Amino acid sequence: MQGNRLIPHPLMSFALIILWLLLNNTFSFGHILLGTLLGIMIPWFTNRFWPARPRICKRRLFLKFFFGIFLYDVVVANLNVVRLILQPDISKLQPKFIEIPLDTDDPMVISILANVISMTPGTVSTEITADKKTLIVHGLNVPDERAAIAEIKSRYETTLKEIFTC
Amino acid sequence: MMIVEILVSFFLILGAFFALAGSIGLFRLRDFFTRLHGPTKATTLGVGCLAIASAIYFTFHKEGISLHEVLITLFLFITAPVSAHFLAKAARHQRLHEDKDHPDA
Repeated sequence: MQGNRLIPHPLMSFALIILWLLLNNTFSFGHILLGTLLGIMIPWFTNRFWPARPRICKRRLFLKFFFGIFLYDVVVANLNVVRLILQPDISKLQPKFIEIPLDTDDPMVISILANVISMTPGTVSTEITADKKTLIVHGLNVPDERAAIAEIKSRYETTLKEIFTC
Repeated sequence: MMIVEILVSFFLILGAFFALAGSIGLFRLRDFFTRLHGPTKATTLGVGCLAIASAIYFTFHKEGISLHEVLITLFLFITAPVSAHFLAKAARHQRLHEDKDHPDA
């Protein structure tokens, strides 16, 4: 979907219309009209905040990742963390900072990767080094640092890189 | 209607359980960084389940489908990791992770 002068960000306009309808919890004609108006006008005024438009290159992989792998991992993450929190001896946990070397310099991919890491099994991304080459992640229970790094890289980074780079 | 009631109750209890587990985690874990894991995980699914329960309830008890609960979940998924990231970043710059004398920081 390419934008033009009238509608610079078609996907954003579409998302805004859906957002407006959900906010009002209605699908009446009046609100669809008002939502469309907002969906067209808001991108005009915020155009300057979007220096580069994020491009989704592999659409099917994108859907498979966010509605399959990611959702599944969020649920598993919760169950895992609940199990860790409720275990009788909490001092058995091995929290640790792990450093993940990044293979990409695309800010879009890095920020999505950081967010995905925060939402999934026992990991929160804490910081990215100034040279943007390493992501520092805090793990709640990391018995094997290498395995954890390898899993994050193969499960998330490779896929995200593939989705957002053409 | 019976099935709806059971579904709503199921999601309410499940959600409450996850929210409780998150709070227990906040209490039991020892340092700042491990405590950060509670709000981004257990609580997200907790609120998610409560939102599902609410959507089911209002869809069946009022006219038309109720979907703005989806928005709550969506905004939570967008904001939770970002706020956790900021807290963690601030803590790292305060060097809390090197402060061995105060593990409770």
